[in-house]
Amino acid sequence: MWVVWLDRWQFGITTVYHFLFVPLTIGLALLISVMETLYIAKKDSMYRRMAQFWGKLFLINFALGVVTGIMQEFQFGMNWSNYSRFVGDVFGAPLAIESLAAFFLESAFIGTWLFGWDKLSPKIHLFSIWMVALGVSLSAFWILTANAFMQEPTGYTIKNGRASMNSFGALLMNPQLSVEFPHVWLGAITTGAFFVAGVSAYYLLRRREIKLFAHSFRIAVYTGLISSVLVAVVGHAQGQLLIHTQPMKMAASEALWHTSPYHAPWSIFAWIDSAHQRNPIDIEIPYGLSILSYNHTYGAVPGMVELQAKYVRQYGPGNYLPSVWVTFWTFRVMVLAGSLMIFLALYGAFRGLRDDEWLAKRRTYLRFMPWAIALPYIANSTGWIMTEMGRQPWAVMGLLKTSDGISPTVGAPLVWMTLLGFGAVYAAFAVVDVYLFVKFIRKGPDSDQGPDEMDAKSTVLRLNPTSTQ
Amino acid sequence: MNLNSLWFVIITILFTGFFVLEGFDFGVGILTPFLGKTDEERRLLINSIGPFWDANEVWFISAGACMFAAFPDWYATLFSGFYVALFVLLLALMARGVAFEFRSKLSHTGWRIFWDFAAFVGSLLPPILWGVALANLMKGVPIDAHMNYVGTFWDLISPFTVLGGVTMALMAMLHGALFLTLRLGGAIREKARSTAKKIGVWASIAMFLFVIYSYSQTDLFQKIGLDPGSLPVLAGMALLSVPFLISTKHDGWAFILSAVTIACSTATVFYDLYPRVMISSLNRAYNLTIYNAASGHYSLTVMTIVALTLLPIVLVYQTWTYWVFRRRLEPGGHLDY
Repeated sequence: MWVVWLDRWQFGITTVYHFLFVPLTIGLALLISVMETLYIAKKDSMYRRMAQFWGKLFLINFALGVVTGIMQEFQFGMNWSNYSRFVGDVFGAPLAIESLAAFFLESAFIGTWLFGWDKLSPKIHLFSIWMVALGVSLSAFWILTANAFMQEPTGYTIKNGRASMNSFGALLMNPQLSVEFPHVWLGAITTGAFFVAGVSAYYLLRRREIKLFAHSFRIAVYTGLISSVLVAVVGHAQGQLLIHTQPMKMAASEALWHTSPYHAPWSIFAWIDSAHQRNPIDIEIPYGLSILSYNHTYGAVPGMVELQAKYVRQYGPGNYLPSVWVTFWTFRVMVLAGSLMIFLALYGAFRGLRDDEWLAKRRTYLRFMPWAIALPYIANSTGWIMTEMGRQPWAVMGLLKTSDGISPTVGAPLVWMTLLGFGAVYAAFAVVDVYLFVKFIRKGPDSDQGPDEMDAKSTVLRLNPTSTQ
Repeated sequence: MNLNSLWFVIITILFTGFFVLEGFDFGVGILTPFLGKTDEERRLLINSIGPFWDANEVWFISAGACMFAAFPDWYATLFSGFYVALFVLLLALMARGVAFEFRSKLSHTGWRIFWDFAAFVGSLLPPILWGVALANLMKGVPIDAHMNYVGTFWDLISPFTVLGGVTMALMAMLHGALFLTLRLGGAIREKARSTAKKIGVWASIAMFLFVIYSYSQTDLFQKIGLDPGSLPVLAGMALLSVPFLISTKHDGWAFILSAVTIACSTATVFYDLYPRVMISSLNRAYNLTIYNAASGHYSLTVMTIVALTLLPIVLVYQTWTYWVFRRRLEPGGHLDY
């Protein structure tokens, strides 16, 4: 059990960490594509500088997304070999397609985009960034196809004790995927939008490059308004699906120990006592859960005790409860962060309606926005922790338990080694990443060409102080 | 050809693409501290692979992902078995990728020295580890009846496998030096050429020793007999012609033939394996093959359609990127990395 615990921590840390970079990559790629399209359409060089400035930040972020993504591709084999053997026939396909369709696309075109400003025609250059945006979004689609199978297995049969694909169409038509992909993708767009809005606010407050950043801000805040509202709409649909496909996750996210009454209330705050399976403190909104689950004021939601009894009958003895505390609170934090984002985007959209100068004077709001960059990150991370931990003890819902998926020959010392190794490197990367972000944001678009356009001779002198050159 | 064999071929192609393309990236990374004496020279060297290295690395990611899809047991056994080696490989690739992107972002000397070191180590370790891994695949490793690797990291290390690692690293350096003769102009091009000449000798010797050694360490001899067939002979002839082409300054041909050497050597290793994917040194019955390690027929059919549609498209646009950046980098020009 010790090894399972380590394997899970390693997977959790590396995946949540990887997903700090992914949403910003997806969101920024789209926003930069829009900016560069405006440059081509309006022939205004401000948009070119805009695309280049955000492109700089994009690349710092992209590099870490790429290198932490390599780990993702291989850790199933490293720490979860029994899982890989069990699901490979089904789960491997979307991963391979992700690599062939998305990774090649984004990596080839990020090269032509970064290095091709003066080598490609403006339209081909624009095409490159759109291909990057398409690539990263395709990547999200295929990896979520794989994840949706873990949440709600479709398109398979069990053959020789393993999952075997029997319908690729069913894998793609997975109802879980049809809500999960838009939810995650829109969340990523919201991340990009809040990042651009927050950094732009920083400049507007300091009255630097007001025109460029007021325009950036508008592009971001209108995109963010649409995407943050749609995230919530899709999230609602996701919850309604959950109640049928993963009722235990639903019950845990509501800390609902016993099946709710006919008119189910939604608890806004609960003190959870898992040992005694009750909530000593529970502040509830009447009808709330019924409305969330069924769009009616009525409808009972099954509770964990009843589901546990049902699963024991169905799957044999065992504990089928996830960590209620984690599932309940991560869900609430995600919803709170999402609601704040909708509010801030809506407010910002109104503030952005008038001219640049007027926008730059909305100082209280602008002062808040750089801090609001944290919100999408909080929502993304808590959302994933809720959905993955809420599915426990299953790795693949109803088919394979997480504890049965580990590599039988990889013992605790080895997992400790990689956990500490990757942990240390990731922590160092985080420091460097934040440092570079702050540095480049402080520098701003004016010195955009700064460190790269350095006078070669001066560098030589600096690196060889004794040289007589 | 049945689907299992076809997928074995596709994975061979992906690994071959990886070694040929990322091979020169690794080589350039290893040679950068030696060829680049000034900061601008080092930047020129890194920028020579700047637009390409990321997409080249995807050949490896794709090979791994396709193994997962087509031969889940191969994927599971290989990466849980070669655990420590893969761990080091991943750290190296991470350090290297970040290093290329970050090293020129700040002009601080210590910063650049640090990332140059990371890029060097991150470029040197992967070919060594891959050489060791391929030698082990040829030789066989302890795999039990449940397809699990039951050895330790140290079981992967032997004179034969270390020689495999050294050979691979030398080949990458030769390939990288030849790539540089095509991508750079000026004095550094000459330097790359003379370096290629020197490394070419050592790479040929290492390759020759490795082939000889592999006859005693693997079942290559039983399998292909005295007449090794066209692939290894082609690899050997290509390698031997490289020094001649360098000295006559046929840089393009020299690069193509070092690519042929790498491609044919990789293909030979996989041909030697076929139809096995991992050889058990404990019992022949425990071998993983393209049949007992594979996904079902339906899954392979779907993936065949997908891969045969996507790979040609990938080849087209990746070739196009090389066309876009066909011009040599000259000192004094604009550098992005």
